[in-house]
Amino acid sequence: MLQDATAIVGIGETAFAKRLPQSEKVLACHAILAALDDAGIDPGDVDGFASYTMEQTDEVEIAKNIGAGETTFFSQIPYGGGAGPGCVGHLAMAIATGQCRVGVAWRSRKRGSGGRPWSGAAQASAPATWTRPHGLLRPVDEIALLTRRYMHEYGATREHLANVAIAVRKAANRNPRAMMHARALSREEYLGARWISEPLCLYDNCLETDGALACVVVSAERARDCRRAPVYVHAFGQGLPRQHHTMVNYWCEDPLRGPSWTCAKQLYRGSQIRPSDIDVAQLYDAFTPLVPLSLEGYGFCGRGEGAAFTEDGALELGGRLPINTSGGGLSEAYVHGFNLINEGVRQLRGDSTAQVAGASTCLVTGGEGVPTSALLLRR
Amino acid sequence: MDAQDPTLPPVDEDAAPFFEGCRAGELRVQRCSQTGRLIFPPRPLSPWAPHARPVWARVSGRGTIWSFAVPHPPLLPPFQDLAPYVVVAVALEEDPTVRLIGNLIARPGGPIGEITPEEVSIGAPVRASFETIHEGVTLPRWVLDR
Repeated sequence: MLQDATAIVGIGETAFAKRLPQSEKVLACHAILAALDDAGIDPGDVDGFASYTMEQTDEVEIAKNIGAGETTFFSQIPYGGGAGPGCVGHLAMAIATGQCRVGVAWRSRKRGSGGRPWSGAAQASAPATWTRPHGLLRPVDEIALLTRRYMHEYGATREHLANVAIAVRKAANRNPRAMMHARALSREEYLGARWISEPLCLYDNCLETDGALACVVVSAERARDCRRAPVYVHAFGQGLPRQHHTMVNYWCEDPLRGPSWTCAKQLYRGSQIRPSDIDVAQLYDAFTPLVPLSLEGYGFCGRGEGAAFTEDGALELGGRLPINTSGGGLSEAYVHGFNLINEGVRQLRGDSTAQVAGASTCLVTGGEGVPTSALLLRR
Repeated sequence: MDAQDPTLPPVDEDAAPFFEGCRAGELRVQRCSQTGRLIFPPRPLSPWAPHARPVWARVSGRGTIWSFAVPHPPLLPPFQDLAPYVVVAVALEEDPTVRLIGNLIARPGGPIGEITPEEVSIGAPVRASFETIHEGVTLPRWVLDR
């Protein structure tokens, strides 16, 4: 069984900025070494790796630079922002089944100073043939279309999306590592911001960041000997719904019932923890509307109730379910959601800059809108 | 043709009959040969009966607006200069779970960007208009079916 058989024992990250001078490879190695230092584990003990298929530095490069041992497990998870928790989950499964002993997950990306992926040459794909020729070009356009329908069906408004953006910004304002640490966001600024793709404005979009993050996973038994208190991988799920299309999910029965729903089923199947037991959540937030959709998918409220859930400061520190307590992708850093994993670990160690008092369980999710993954972490 | 031009759809063997239909002024969608249910985007097998064959069928070209987005810059050319423009998802009359993406235009032959978002509402009936955007490339666009 996977349940609590493994733990995250180290986290590491670089600075986050619009532009960092180092290469993605160097950033990746720095984040990984920081995570191993945090755990008190020698790089020579590393024998497992997991990252994103979109990661540009492969295992061979990482292993030869950090001086990894004989590696017996390596895995890559597809679908960009859907992959983060999957990296940890695959390492947890590999360690629980004896395929490796010390696993490292990481993501390094220069999305701040590098190119915008949607501006590259078209490759044959569903979007290239069926949506991009009509000017639905960028991920924000693809999500804007779903958002408009969500607002229409359930009475969600821009005020609800503002609730998400402001809650996450307030968390970033407490976090000196966050790119938006020094920048407050008012409701007036949100509502007056320029459109990117109606109904989504500038503040509905995540940041563009250079940076890298990593974490270290070992067995629960070995975790007891590590430098830091273990954060257990309590449950893990992945989700690819019926007839789903990644990012352009317009050709299934119910596009507003996204991958979160499929993933949540598997996540809670492996757990005694129910949504009402979860103290804090790190929900993938490349775009604000993914948050109400994820709140519904992971069972914090009923279908169509995700927008109303955001009211009365529910997502802020002291609210019903504080989310993205380091500032998430919207206001700390956008590195395909890996910062949500590290912040989940900090919450359960009790050393977040927006600490939820006594937090003992944390949900960490990958992107809604793409085949996704999620973790339930506990201390 | 310019491989960088996002207005030009890459057309593989699965998609080719759809675009042949557009050139002939017809909206064609795959249908499961066993269950009759529509299949979109086109593919070699039917998800509704995997041992059945998808076959191509003409549909009416009528539907309703399921949702829409209005992109603003920064965008790629040629969309950068046309923005803001309306992109709609059209739920087909024959099967509303098939939602074709396209541009809403004010009149057949008109440019995208001529319709303002205020003129658009979810649920509004639309019909296909086949627009040749490059030599040999015809796309379905949509006009309000008043």
